[in-house]
Amino acid sequence: MQDALLRFARNRLALLGAVVLLLVLTMAAAAPVLYPAGAFALAGPPLQPPGGRFLLGTDTLGRDVAAGIVYGARTSLMIGVVATLAAVVLGVLIGAVAGYYRGKPDLALMRITELFQTIPSFILAILLVAILSPSADSEIAAITLVSWPGIARLARGEFASLGGREFVLACVGLGAGDGRIVFRHLLPNCASPLIAVGSLLVANVILFESGLSFLGLGDPNLMSWGLMISAGREVLRSAWWICTFPGLAIVATVLAINLIGDGLNEALNPRLRDR
Amino acid sequence: MRRWIYAGGRLALAVPVLFSIAVLNFFLIHLAPGDPASVMAGEGGSATPEYMAMLRHKFGLDQSLPLQLWHYVVNVATLDLGYSFRNDEPVLTLILDRLGPTLLLMGTAFVISVGAGILLGLLAGTGRNSWRDGASSILALLASATPSFWLGLMLIVLLSIRLGWLPTSGYETIGSFYEGRAYALDVGRHLIMPALSLALFYLALYTRVMRASVIEQMNMDYVVTARAKGQTELGIIFGHILRNALLPVVTMAGVQAGNLIGGSVIVESVFGWPGIGTLAFAALQGRDLNLLLGIFLVSACVVVAINLMVDLAYVALDPRMDM
Repeated sequence: MQDALLRFARNRLALLGAVVLLLVLTMAAAAPVLYPAGAFALAGPPLQPPGGRFLLGTDTLGRDVAAGIVYGARTSLMIGVVATLAAVVLGVLIGAVAGYYRGKPDLALMRITELFQTIPSFILAILLVAILSPSADSEIAAITLVSWPGIARLARGEFASLGGREFVLACVGLGAGDGRIVFRHLLPNCASPLIAVGSLLVANVILFESGLSFLGLGDPNLMSWGLMISAGREVLRSAWWICTFPGLAIVATVLAINLIGDGLNEALNPRLRDR
Repeated sequence: MRRWIYAGGRLALAVPVLFSIAVLNFFLIHLAPGDPASVMAGEGGSATPEYMAMLRHKFGLDQSLPLQLWHYVVNVATLDLGYSFRNDEPVLTLILDRLGPTLLLMGTAFVISVGAGILLGLLAGTGRNSWRDGASSILALLASATPSFWLGLMLIVLLSIRLGWLPTSGYETIGSFYEGRAYALDVGRHLIMPALSLALFYLALYTRVMRASVIEQMNMDYVVTARAKGQTELGIIFGHILRNALLPVVTMAGVQAGNLIGGSVIVESVFGWPGIGTLAFAALQGRDLNLLLGIFLVSACVVVAINLMVDLAYVALDPRMDM
């Protein structure tokens, strides 16, 4: 583990990503202090250009764009982390059952996984959120439902390759139950690839969420970057800043998480470094 | 011969996939709050009571759930996706009318992303750690972090509003009545920005896959053999490495087909491109759930068809399939 940390720290791009993500996290945590009135509060005259009293300008209703970005960071990170965790748990459960038991459960579960990888995930997510009515919960549910298959396939491969090892046979011989073997002995052994892929998934989930909220499927009570961009579309010609800054926030955050994910991947799975 | 048996097997596999998607749709209808008949009629409240009664009868909504599922699957299998009262047209007609522009957009984005991805990946992989590698890595990193809809809006600001080079939205210049080559050029001008916005993310993906694949192939024994025979480096790259390195990209292109059609939904709504994405956006605004379900079903069929084509491409590219 120490080695991995060291390898990670030596990767300059990954460190840059960590610094940017730390900034975004600080911004999100400090939101109520920076803008106590909230993201939806009217702060001044509408369509003020950036600079001057408002660092990033104001939108069509006179809301501060900077406040929106800070509160949007909370929404993006919250949904990104929660939906990723849910997808990883679901994917690992399915992958563990398939990879550990093999045979018929494996066949059935992998068919379902392939089905979910075939269907257009964004359209399925739109449908689900539209049916459940837009809220943070339904966004998380929809994103989880379309994000688990990749994790499940990875987990299945890992569990299947560990399945016949001596230490597993020893556990069976000592009378350990399936649950104990899977969670106590196998899971820690395939944690590294799961952590690396999971961290990259956070970035994709944030992109996915911004798309949903751009289409008006975000939580109406939470400010989000996608929502800000869609609100600024109408005045793109005269007020470029309303769309531009939230988009830059998405790019910076997703880029940072991708860099961290790549760094973790190289640090935790040094065998893959040559690829 | 054996490769065609394989292709036939893939074709047969598409049937259960389509069946499962229909079943999934059925459960989604029942997940929606309220009467399934009102979901299928489209929640605009614009359906007539007679139509609702007809729906209840046709889908056997007063019968047991398995029977209802049977009715639904039979209707889907006979291409009856219901009627959209909001648009006053059958759902299938609505979707098929819009499918052409979507396929044009997807196809163009696909060609751009795969073509440029292969090229950039080849440049990066053959010149590992050179400036070419660095530049294409930076491009790939940025592209994979940029949301397509935002990129589209920024392209509009730059290329349409500031520079005035390209039209901001739509499929053709309204009221121009171009014909033949002039019409194709006009549509092409409208196509550039949506296709670029959609392609960039996938371009990054294919660049990374191609780079890794080229690097892997460069260490293979056959490359050493070719070099020992006196083959030039360019000859090795284009005669030996390229074809072998393409396989993972083809696989990835098949996997990404579903995401490409999902991405085109959002890009279309940015550019007012008259495909199924704009239709889906309108259905969303009008809460026409049945139309959305139909779009989901048809786009899933498109993905299955693309996957089949990818399988066939694989068969053509990889002679080992014959073994």
